[in-house]
Formats: sequence, structure tokens, C-alpha cells
Amino acid sequence: MSDVARSSALATSGGRNPGSAPRRSARDSSASWRWSDRVGLAFAWLLGLLFLAATAAIVLYMMVQGIRFVRPELFVTSPAAGVSEAASGGFLDPLLGTVIVAVMAMAIAFPLGLAIGVWLSEFGNPSWLARVTESTIEMLAGSPSIVFALFGTLIFEQGALAFLSRTNDGVVYGRSFFAAAAMLSLIALPLIVANVREGLQAIPGHVREASYAVGKTRITTTRRVLLPAARPSVVTGAMLGVGRIIGDTAIIVILLGATLRFTSAGDVPLLGTLKGTGSTLTTFVYANAPTGDVNQPHKAFAAGFVLLSMVLLLNFAVDVAARRGRRWR
Amino acid sequence: MAPASHPQRVSRGLLPDQRAELMLGALVCAVLLFVLALIVFVFREAWPSFTHNGLAWFGPGGNPDQQVQAIFTSADLLRRPVYTFHAWPIVWGTLLTTFGAVTLSFVAALFVSVFVVEFAPEAIRRILEPVVRLLASVPSVIFGLLGVLVLVPFIGQHVITDADRRSVAYIVSLSGYSLLAGVLILTLMIAPLMIAVFCDGLRAVPRGWLEGSLGLGINRWRTFWKIGVRTARPALVAGTVLATARALGETVMLAMVTGGVSFAPNPADGLVFFVEPTRPLAATILQTAEELTSAPMKHTIFALAAVLLFSAALLSLAGWAAKQPMKRYGVRA
Amino acid sequence: MTNASPPPVRRLPLDGTEATVVATGEQPTVAMPAGTAPGAPSFVSAPRRRIASAPLAIDRMQVEQLSIAYGSKLAVREVSLPIRQGEVLALIGPSGCGKTTLLRSLNRLTELTKTASMKGRVLLDGEDIATLEPTALRRRVTMVFQQPNPFPMSVFDNVAYVLREQAARRPRRAALQGAVRSALERAGLYDEVAGDLSHPALRLSGGQQQRLCIARALAADPEVLLLDEPCSALDPQSTQVIEQLIVALREQVAIVIVTHNLQQAYRIADRVAFMYLGEMVELGPAEQVFGAPREARTKEYVSGGFG
Repeated sequence: MSDVARSSALATSGGRNPGSAPRRSARDSSASWRWSDRVGLAFAWLLGLLFLAATAAIVLYMMVQGIRFVRPELFVTSPAAGVSEAASGGFLDPLLGTVIVAVMAMAIAFPLGLAIGVWLSEFGNPSWLARVTESTIEMLAGSPSIVFALFGTLIFEQGALAFLSRTNDGVVYGRSFFAAAAMLSLIALPLIVANVREGLQAIPGHVREASYAVGKTRITTTRRVLLPAARPSVVTGAMLGVGRIIGDTAIIVILLGATLRFTSAGDVPLLGTLKGTGSTLTTFVYANAPTGDVNQPHKAFAAGFVLLSMVLLLNFAVDVAARRGRRWR
Repeated sequence: MAPASHPQRVSRGLLPDQRAELMLGALVCAVLLFVLALIVFVFREAWPSFTHNGLAWFGPGGNPDQQVQAIFTSADLLRRPVYTFHAWPIVWGTLLTTFGAVTLSFVAALFVSVFVVEFAPEAIRRILEPVVRLLASVPSVIFGLLGVLVLVPFIGQHVITDADRRSVAYIVSLSGYSLLAGVLILTLMIAPLMIAVFCDGLRAVPRGWLEGSLGLGINRWRTFWKIGVRTARPALVAGTVLATARALGETVMLAMVTGGVSFAPNPADGLVFFVEPTRPLAATILQTAEELTSAPMKHTIFALAAVLLFSAALLSLAGWAAKQPMKRYGVRA
Repeated sequence: MTNASPPPVRRLPLDGTEATVVATGEQPTVAMPAGTAPGAPSFVSAPRRRIASAPLAIDRMQVEQLSIAYGSKLAVREVSLPIRQGEVLALIGPSGCGKTTLLRSLNRLTELTKTASMKGRVLLDGEDIATLEPTALRRRVTMVFQQPNPFPMSVFDNVAYVLREQAARRPRRAALQGAVRSALERAGLYDEVAGDLSHPALRLSGGQQQRLCIARALAADPEVLLLDEPCSALDPQSTQVIEQLIVALREQVAIVIVTHNLQQAYRIADRVAFMYLGEMVELGPAEQVFGAPREARTKEYVSGGFG
């Protein structure tokens, strides 16, 4: 066809569209990436790598210093009142203290969190109550833990709760493992609730319908079908909660008394310890830092190393659980 | 034929579902009442301090540390209780650390999350994501320890010069414990939170919008910035609110690193302003909490806590309000 | 007469008479355009939506022996065809035949897939597109996608976005308003949205959204407009409006449209390329490909033998 010859002639002559002004002036190829775009991209790269470097530096430094100062006997010796490093003992009590508060606080937070999460996800009537609950849990998540600590002092100094801590000359001391654990559960609660809800809501509706269709009640369905299916999320929530609990210092400082060793209140063996005061790894580090009372930086490094390792392990476990929980996606 | 009798349900009590619902509902209400009690009692304990000082509670006037001493000793010696407290240096210190850390962290987190979601090579992305999660879970006391043993001496020896020390010699002494140390470490602590929320928001941007923009001849950086970041604005707001709440509530690290004196850093001092010490709200509470036994001290400390609680609630509200106008243009919140 | 007997074709009535089923071998009862072989698809006799034939067809792009592979799997095999301004080129073929891949390679969107590799070349106004910067290329060859994807902004901002981001300097408001208006007019949308240009784009109807996407693509002032099944997500009413628009636009930009809908290709295309399993089986004017296809595979496809 003749227009082929015509069009190729036009093509070789520049191919401009007849009837419209030249359009390329303000939009040549270099304008497609302005210099500000290139700077922005470079900045993004820089910050990303900087972040990586900073985190690596922190973790490595902590690890190196920790390994320098960690010795096996620190794990089995209690802290002692000594001035020099050799005389100030180890961190057995704080280590046990961390474990104890974690167990106690989770014993309160886990059932509560599970119940609230299930209620929000599966029941949730009346709806205004559900909204208030959601807002409250969110508020708990955003509140500083020190406020909970202060409230804890108010509660546990009441006469009615005197059995939970020591009483000195008729004044309820209000500082004990019970008090600390009770308030620590508040900071773990939002994490558990959020994860339980997420796990339950990720289960598609037809699973529930199938269960109701064979006559199961909602609560049975939840217990036997939904919660087992949501187990990875529930476990993730619990582990995140534990992570937050063992990392908290403010509540422990205020509500666990200021003793580095277990100081039991009363004669009953376990109960006495729990009613008494003590410390955890976090307060041990706080006290042994240069700004603290004891000021033994090497001990602080060692305890910090142990604490960080616990947190890293928990983090790793959360990653594994989250990966296994991708069944429904 | 006799009609069938009604099922005997009434006499057997509630259905299992109803029972479960009531029990769970009761637990939920118990928790709600507990939180309500928390709010009520904190404000109740704080009230006397506010009534005695009025709005001047927030204002400047004297040294809060000395005032705290006066309050404490006044009860001890059974004198007429003293409530005078002007918390301005503490409030100012809190504002500075929080605002400084949130600003720095926002910029860093935005670029890092854009990098992670869109521009990072696969290998780097796979390392960077767990690293961010890791940083978010490190306890604050470890940050404080590192700050005290590494950053503070560095600032004290290399950043602060003798000239600086002389310029404020009669007002405050400059060691490395400073506003700068607090802001820097706080930035590092809250950035991972922001990054996590920002990344979630950026990943939720519909691919069709990004592809459509690329198909119109817009380069990748502008496409992602103008369309992706804009669409993720609710996530940006949510992340910022979360991080600000965390920064406000940070207690231990700031207590260790910012200097432990209730001093209001003075911008008029020039660059020295950044290395002056201070002590934000939560840190103040932590370091004065041993003196809770005396009544006026208790009211003062609870007043500080009430301010903290109120700010946290205000933040949540602000975050919710900021998301509303965006819903109009289809940006899903 | 052909040797292979086509499957019975159900003739849809054009004038309200009863539908008749023509068994194999019977003569068709509906008058066909001259030159159409018997057994051609029924819609060949339907009126073609054509405003006027284009005065001149100018070569815009030239595809030369293009092959595209995803990893080791060849998606497009040695395809050559010219793309001209003044005519609508329709790419038809069954699913997976490579027509969308071919379309996306014309503005180098295939590069977004990491496993894609290309052989052969594509020329735009004589230049090899591999030598152009991708972003610059995509302003001259813009694309409209299957799902309308207006940005979460107002109607005005959607079109202005393209203008703002492509300009070297920030354009002034008056210039923007004029350009936005002209783009919306070219897309046939201006009358419907002139009342409120700040209306959220996502609240428009599907057809309006797709026309907004076309307006955006036109705002870039492209030389070639690529359309990837633009009406497949729309109702017949909106489809009709957009088809009229496409035919009206062909004089200003070269248009390449990928479509599953054979009737649509017949209605609006000047030339049709039939692709099957990555190969271009036949390329020619629409009447010829639908009415008297040269290849047996083409005939089978257009008469509904497979798809």
C-alpha cells in the first residue's frame, strides 16, 4: 500500500505529528529523574545501611562485653554487699526474680487476655461495650508503665491486701512480687489481646459455620476448633508479652522493693519469698550501672548480656511461631 | 392429641453460650472497671497538688529539685505541708526529648521503610527486617547502660568543650549526661516501632496504583513517594502516635542518661543548649518514688503521673482525629 | 468453498426476526458483505462503529522480530508489526497467547518482572526503545490498564499529577487548569465532571473512572496509547462510550488495544493481529481477518472454534 512508503518517508524525516507544536522541549529524558529524586534515593540507601550498622554495633558490643564479663559462678551466687567486684557476688537472685515475675504476671495476663480476645472476636455484644473495651486496651498499650507502678502502690498499701506483702509496724509496705506481677500483667495484656484477636479473625467464616451447622455452641467451637487453629498467634502474643515483662524496669523498681537479694516476709517458704522483696535482671543492671547505687559496670554488662540473650531467644521463637502461623494466608 | 409440652429449658438455667458470654463479659467489665479505678485514683491523688498550685504548676519558678526537697521535709518535720511546685523545667525537658526524638525518628523511619519496602535489594531486605524487630525488643535498661558507658563519656570528652563549660559555669555543670544523649538514644528506641507500622502501611498500597503511575512515565522514586507514601498516610499517623506515646513513657533510659537534674535547657545558650542536662517527667517520677511515703510528696508525684496519663490519652485522641479527613479521598484508614 | 466444515453458527437476529440455527453445510440466510467467505462469524454483518476513515496512517512504532521470554519459557516469538497513528490496531487471541506481554513490552513494563528477557527490537520514531530511558519512553507510550486505577485524589489532581510530575519545573496553576481541561475533553469526560473537579476520583462510576485513566494517559501527550482490555471490567453502556472515544482518538495517537472480545475488535479496529501461543499468526485489515482469514487457525478462532 502506498501509505507505507509515505509513512516511512515521514519517519525518516523526523516523524513529527503534523499539526502540533514540538513537544519535547521541557520533557527530555534527563528531566524524568530530577536531582532531588536522586538525592532522595541516595538518602534512603544511606539511612537504611546506617540503621543496619547501628543495630549491629549495639548487639555486637553488648555481646562482646558480656562475654568478657560473664562467668559461670555469677549464675549461682547471690548478690552481696561488697565494694569490690569480687566481693559483690553474682546475680542468681535477680535471675530467679526475672523468671518468677514473668511466670506470675503471665499467669494473670494470659487467661485474662485470652478471655478478652475471645470475647471481642466471637461475642462482642453490646457493640458499645466492645468499642469501649478496644479503646481501653489501646489506652493501656499506650500508657507508661510507671503510672501502673504508682497505682500499684496505692492498691497494695491498702489494709485489705496486706496479705500480699510485708507489714512493718502496722503500715502495709505494699512492695512484693505479688504487687509487681499484678501490675506487670497490665503491660502484657494488650499484646495478648491483640494477637488472640488477630489469630481468631484470620480464621475464615466457613470454619465457624461448619461447626455451628453440626450443632456445636459458640463457646465449644471456640475452645475446640478456633483456639487450636489460632494457636500460633496466641503463642506469639504470649511470647511478646513475656518479652515486654522481662524488659520492664520501672514497675520493678517501684513495686519490688529495693533489695538485691530475696528478702522474704514470713515463714512459709515459697509464699514468704513472694510476699517479700527482691530484684530482677533489669533492676540489677540499673543498680550496677554507673548511675546506680552499686556501680559495678562489669556486673551490669554480664547481667545485661544474659537479659539480652533471653530477649533475642524470645524474638527468634516469635519469628518461628509467626512463620508457622501463616496457614490461613 | 395433646399439644407437645414446652421444652424444659427454663428450669435448667442458662444455655452454655449465654453462660460463657456472661462470664467473659463479666471479666471484661472487671478489667474495664479496674482501668477506670486506675484513672480515677491517680487523678484523685494528684488533685491536691494541682489545687495548691493552680496553673502555676506548669509554669516556671524556682528549681523543682529544691521544691521537692522542701515538700518532702515539710511533712517529715510535721510542719505545715508545703505543696509549692512549679514543674516547668520538667515539662520543658519532656517536650524537648519527646519532640526531638519523634522528629528525628520520623524522618529516619520514613526513608528506611521506603527503602525496605521498595528499593532495597532482596538480600538487604531479608537482613534489615529482623534487625528492626530485634531493636524494638531490646529492653530500655540495656539502652541506658550503653548510653551511660559509651555515649555519655563520648559527649563529655569530645563534644563538650571547655569553652562550653565556662559559658554556663554558674548555672549548671556539663558532663556528658545531656539532652543530646537522651534524644539520640530515644530516637534509636522508637524508630523501629515507626518503621514496623510504616512498612505495613506501605505494603498495603494497591499495586494497581503504583503500576498505573509507572505506566504514565513517572519514575519509581516519585511514584512511590507521591502515591505510595500518600496512600499510607494513616499508617504514618498511627506509627507516629505510637512512637510518641512510647517516647513519653520512656523512664529508665532517660533517667540514666539525661542527667537527673530538673534543669530547663535554655535555647538562648546557643549550641550548648543541646548538651545541657534535664530530666523528663517519667524519669522524675522514677527517681523521686522512694519518697512516696510522705503525703504531700505523694500528691506531687501523682500529679506528675496524672500529667503523663493525660498526655497519653490526648495523643490517642489526636491520632484518631488526624485520620478522619483522609477517608474522603478513598485512602483506607 | 472450504474443506473443513465450521461448527453450526447461531445467527442472532438483527431486525427482530426469530433466531435461526444454521446447520452445517446450509447456506447462510443473512446477507453478508461481499467478499466474505461463508461460515464467517455472524457479527461481521453488524454495523461498524466508524466515524470516518483516517486520512493518513503514519508509522509510529515498528516491532522487529521481537521475542520475549520469562525465564526459559518463550512468551512471544519473533513478532514483527508496524504501529501507526491514524489507525487502531487490535491484538486478539486466546488467553496466554502473549498479547498482553507484547503490549507491555512496547513501553518496557515487562522489565518490572525480574525474569523477563527480550530479543529483537522495537523502534519508536526510528529510535530503539532500549536506548531510551524507561521513564521518558513511558511518557511517549502510555498505558491504560484493565482495572480502572484512578489515584486516591480528586479528579483534577489525578490528571494534574501527571502534568506536575513530568514537568521540569513546577507548572503554574492557570497552565495546569487549561491542560487538565483539555485532557478531560479529549477523553470525553469533561462535561460530566466539570461541575466539581475536586470530586474524589474513586467515587466515580466504573466507566467514568476508566475514562479518567484515559484522560491521564492523554495528559502525558503521548505518541502511542496502549490499552490492555480497557472495557472488560465495564458494563455495555460505558463500553460503548469508550469505544467511540477510542475511534475518535486514533487520528491523534497511535492506538494498540488488546481485547478478548472479538465483537469489540471488529467494531473498532482498523487492523487486527491474531496471536496464538506467542506467534503472530495473521496480521491484516479487520474485514479481511474476520471475513476472509487466510490462516485456518485464524478462521477457527474468529468463528468461535476455540478460545
